[in-house]
Amino acid sequence: MIDQADAAEPGARDDAPRGTTRKAEPDSEQQQRGESALTARTITINRKPDEVYAFWRDFSNLAGVMENIEAITVRDDRTSHWVVNAPGGRTVEWDAIVTEDEPGRLIAWQSAEGADVSNSGRVAFRDAGERGTFVTATLAYDPPAGVVGKLVAKLFQKEPGIQQRRDLRRIKQFLETGEIATSSPPNPAPKA
Amino acid sequence: MRALTWHGKHDVRVDTVPDPEIINPRDAIIKITSTAICGSDLHLYDGYIPTMKAGDILGHEFMGEVVETGAKSTLKKGQRVVVPFVIACGSCYFCGKHQYSACDNSNPADNQDISEELWGHPAAGLFGYSHMTGGYAGGQAEYVRVPFSDVGPIVIPDGIDDEKVLFLSDILPTGWMAAENADIEPGDTVAVWGCGPVGLFAIQSAFLMGAQRVIAIDHFPNRLALARQMGAEVLNYEDTKIYEALMELTGGIGPDAVIDAVGLESHGLFADNVLDQIKATAFLGTERPHVLRQAIVACRKGGRVSVPGVYGGFVDKFPMGAFMEKGLTMKSGQTHVQHYLPGLLNAILEEKIDTTFLISHRMALEDAPHGYDIFKNQQNDVTKVVLKPGLAKAA
Repeated sequence: MIDQADAAEPGARDDAPRGTTRKAEPDSEQQQRGESALTARTITINRKPDEVYAFWRDFSNLAGVMENIEAITVRDDRTSHWVVNAPGGRTVEWDAIVTEDEPGRLIAWQSAEGADVSNSGRVAFRDAGERGTFVTATLAYDPPAGVVGKLVAKLFQKEPGIQQRRDLRRIKQFLETGEIATSSPPNPAPKA
Repeated sequence: MRALTWHGKHDVRVDTVPDPEIINPRDAIIKITSTAICGSDLHLYDGYIPTMKAGDILGHEFMGEVVETGAKSTLKKGQRVVVPFVIACGSCYFCGKHQYSACDNSNPADNQDISEELWGHPAAGLFGYSHMTGGYAGGQAEYVRVPFSDVGPIVIPDGIDDEKVLFLSDILPTGWMAAENADIEPGDTVAVWGCGPVGLFAIQSAFLMGAQRVIAIDHFPNRLALARQMGAEVLNYEDTKIYEALMELTGGIGPDAVIDAVGLESHGLFADNVLDQIKATAFLGTERPHVLRQAIVACRKGGRVSVPGVYGGFVDKFPMGAFMEKGLTMKSGQTHVQHYLPGLLNAILEEKIDTTFLISHRMALEDAPHGYDIFKNQQNDVTKVVLKPGLAKAA
């Protein structure tokens, strides 16, 4: 029922997805944990939610499609160890613990204590009918102080969100086509 | 292998470069037997397309023999194929709708950033056409790597000459789609600006789709003569006031559909900064956007505007008032080549369509730089240059 009397309160928020606001993000779980930088991005993958979820839930699959991942080792059903390349030939590492797991719908994780970079993320899978699945990845992280922190900040913040959107495109390419598009020769030879 | 490589404005060379290799399971390697220089290659040649790198191999109109296949290619060694200039995965939402030039996946993830930022969405991959459309090596070479070879290439029956089918790679389906986008109804009068290969094929296609009259507009006498041979009435814009002539020819109604087969790309109006640069240099870019404006103003009320001509950036003084008040419809886009290939190959095999008349020059791949020079500088006589890697270099 549409009713003019049901007018918007002053300051009411619109229905914009996370990551698209011009204002500060509302209080989030990540902020409550003290994490700062937040990126969110949605991509449509022409596969059923169950299939996209299953691919993502086996974190070892992600190492082959995401850039800058040195290794992802699955330790048990909830714990995986991530080694990520950072600038300057360094790597940063953490254990990721799955905190929420709803098959076909949602995966959330958080880094364990002792992480080089405290971070958390969630990926939601929504059925998009004949278009496949809307996949929304939300990442939050808190770069530590010091030299490593500066390098990590450089890694994540030089182009906010670009790494994330490129990784999502690669995951989409792999799930839709079985391969990741490239125009680079496997072993570039010196120009003749 | 030998390949035609880009090194800068008006600087293309035939170099020895590494042979292509199979990278992904759906790849194939094609040994090129024939490849053509496209009008849009001239815009690379003229240095107007951003994101080119020295050493890039050009060429997006090519055909040849399958010599190597990846594990998931459906092609077989020895087959002769024509390869679409648009690379398409066949698996994404857009390929599923046969909108192959909107493919989500054929442009490598990192290369998608530029077009997504410029146009709002990432472009598909194209062969030999800068890094914003993928950075794929082109086919003006002895060999080429063809990604998603189970989707794009069409197998050509034995005994059919290369020259009969080569233009399936781009300009024939592009001319056909231009006419299809004009939603031609029997009895229509269609006006076509530009009598280059795409314009000429659009004229041919418009008649096949039932147009009663086609009016062709250009200024090269030889190209207008070709249009006239196809049955078009011709107008030379150097001699004639085009709007006035179109009105007189149509009893004041205007053409039912108009086709801009010129585009803006040749003047390199690829982004606002380039536009500004060109504006600063004596308005060199004003002639060709003029075509789109003129087509919209000439089109009859409720008519259709088809734009196969390539645009990349912004158009100044777009006549939005004429477009809205006359209730026009406009369709455009890079060609969904894969969608049109089976039907157009059949039309060629059944001799309903012949495209060989267009070829004015044949030469060795080694002579490609000369081919670019004459295609750019002698447009009246040089209507199409076909390069043959198998031919010996001219003395």
